[in-house]
Amino acid sequence: MTELIQQIINGLSLGSIYALIALGYTMVYGILRLINFAHGEVFMVGAYVGFYTAHAFGVEGYEAAGAAFPLVLAGVVLVASMTACAVLGSTIEFLAYRPVRSAPRLTPLITAIGVSLFLQNVGLLVFGPEPRRYPAILREVRFEIGGVILTNIKLAIFAIALVLMIGLHLFVQRTWTGRAMRAVSINLDAARLMGIDTNRTIRSTFAIGSALAAAAGILFGLDQIMITPVMGVLTGLKAFVAAVLGGIGNIPGAVLGGFLIGLAEQLTAGYVSPDYRDAITFVILIAILLLKPEGLLGVVRQEKV
Amino acid sequence: MRSPRWALRLVVAAAAFAGLFGLELVLEAFVIEYVQRIVLLAGINVILAVALNLINGTTGQFSIGHAGFMAVGAYGAAFFGTQLRPIVEGALGAGALGQAVTFNLALVIGALLAAGAGLVVGVPSLRLRGDYLAVVTLGFGEIIRILFNNAEFLGAATGYFGDDPAGLPAYTTFFWVYAWALATVVAVANLTFSQTGRSLIAIREDEIAAEAMATPTTRLKVLAFTLSAGAAGIGGGLFAHMQAGIRPEDFRFEKSIDMLVMIILGGLGSISGAVIGGIFVAVTLELMRGFQEYRLVLYALLLVSIMLLRPQGLLGSRELTAFLRRKPVQRLH
Repeated sequence: MTELIQQIINGLSLGSIYALIALGYTMVYGILRLINFAHGEVFMVGAYVGFYTAHAFGVEGYEAAGAAFPLVLAGVVLVASMTACAVLGSTIEFLAYRPVRSAPRLTPLITAIGVSLFLQNVGLLVFGPEPRRYPAILREVRFEIGGVILTNIKLAIFAIALVLMIGLHLFVQRTWTGRAMRAVSINLDAARLMGIDTNRTIRSTFAIGSALAAAAGILFGLDQIMITPVMGVLTGLKAFVAAVLGGIGNIPGAVLGGFLIGLAEQLTAGYVSPDYRDAITFVILIAILLLKPEGLLGVVRQEKV
Repeated sequence: MRSPRWALRLVVAAAAFAGLFGLELVLEAFVIEYVQRIVLLAGINVILAVALNLINGTTGQFSIGHAGFMAVGAYGAAFFGTQLRPIVEGALGAGALGQAVTFNLALVIGALLAAGAGLVVGVPSLRLRGDYLAVVTLGFGEIIRILFNNAEFLGAATGYFGDDPAGLPAYTTFFWVYAWALATVVAVANLTFSQTGRSLIAIREDEIAAEAMATPTTRLKVLAFTLSAGAAGIGGGLFAHMQAGIRPEDFRFEKSIDMLVMIILGGLGSISGAVIGGIFVAVTLELMRGFQEYRLVLYALLLVSIMLLRPQGLLGSRELTAFLRRKPVQRLH
């Protein structure tokens, strides 16, 4: 029983990371009907920006002295990475996606694959191909409740992800930009006719999604210890499956899907075999496409001719 | 009066194969081994590119994990080739005939397995509109590598080298590569320019309209995808028998990207474009061997800039023959 609870806790913390990434996929898909393949790479860049800023603040000095990295600096690292990725995301949108926005469906898709490949390989050149150990931005404190081991890192991951998700929900529901985003996702042309600056709205969607991915990158580094420039591919794929599972284009769906994928992966690793932790996502994707392609919370959208 | 056409075709095919055989003798006598290898790789690339083009270009459904099907074909052919070899050679002798029969049986089995994998992947993802196939094939390409990495009877991460300590037999010769390449090109061209091919193009151009015209869209998409996966499997089988063994690492995502570059450069939907692209990638792969780490950055830039500047690629969906055949302009009045 404690084993199961332990796995569930680990699954939820992993799942909250997937949920944060899935939000970016689902928002962009909701607005442009585009699978933004480069999103996984933005997540990777976010992790590395966090890595380098933490080192710039002298995190190894604190580690060597056995002291905790100041929380304020940890916050600065998070914000710096989120800002950098917001800029990166909107730049990608401006340079690569905007020129092909009205082209046939395959053109933006190939562009997205190209951008993803570009970022990944530039990452390999700049950051080096070897896995890097993530600096201890938070010093791990373990505590045990009835045999279940909790760490402050797992709790922090869960809490930060939750705060960001609630923040996003409030933003989308309560602000003018959020309202514009919802309008554009329902009908881009009608939204433009209503005087919404669609270019600005799409740009902010990319910026917000990328900032969330950057936060996920740092949380992933804290959780999994090792980061590599190719980690965006598989993690991005899992997050995309999470978005499809919840119903693509649906924001609460992405969160639900993220947690379910995290749980499924952790339970498979714990009870079946760690070798198949990556394969289960794929099984889920096939199953959802066969049984309920619109996703758990999605609605069937009739295509109009 | 059907028989003369059939006879003609038979003569043409026989002449083509005889020509290939002659070329092989020339190649082996006068060209150094290094260049021979590039020529073989170019032929395999042509098969892969023409296969991928059938689904991505002609049918407009995007697969970005074809390296996975190539891997299934490669492992299937290598494994069953090794199993069949003693049986076939026992019956036909270990000479050229025995080898040829073993090799081609192995290739066909590999292709069937790859086509089966294509069917399993295609049925759930092609029922839907949109870009799900891209994601499912991406996932499939990654997962199949994980499976081969863990399959002990296929050598796991070290790779599969057959029973022989010298590795897999080097069956892949110029003749067989180009015979299969020729067969693939002819088969895909015949399909593309048939009525079924027109339906596939209709699906690419407007799926809803095609469906309204009573085109069985899902069935045709699955058919094209299964054939495409099977042909990629043949490419994989040839690739496996070109070197001593195959490793899961040979079929990384990069391989799928190579195939994408081949077809996008030449022009999506154009068979001759795919042939040109396949040869281009084989040559650049060798030219850039010294600076591998920049190759993919360049390919990525190439993909994005083609999409921004000339999304139809070199030839668009036209064929080279369209430039040779100059039709006189007909005026109606």
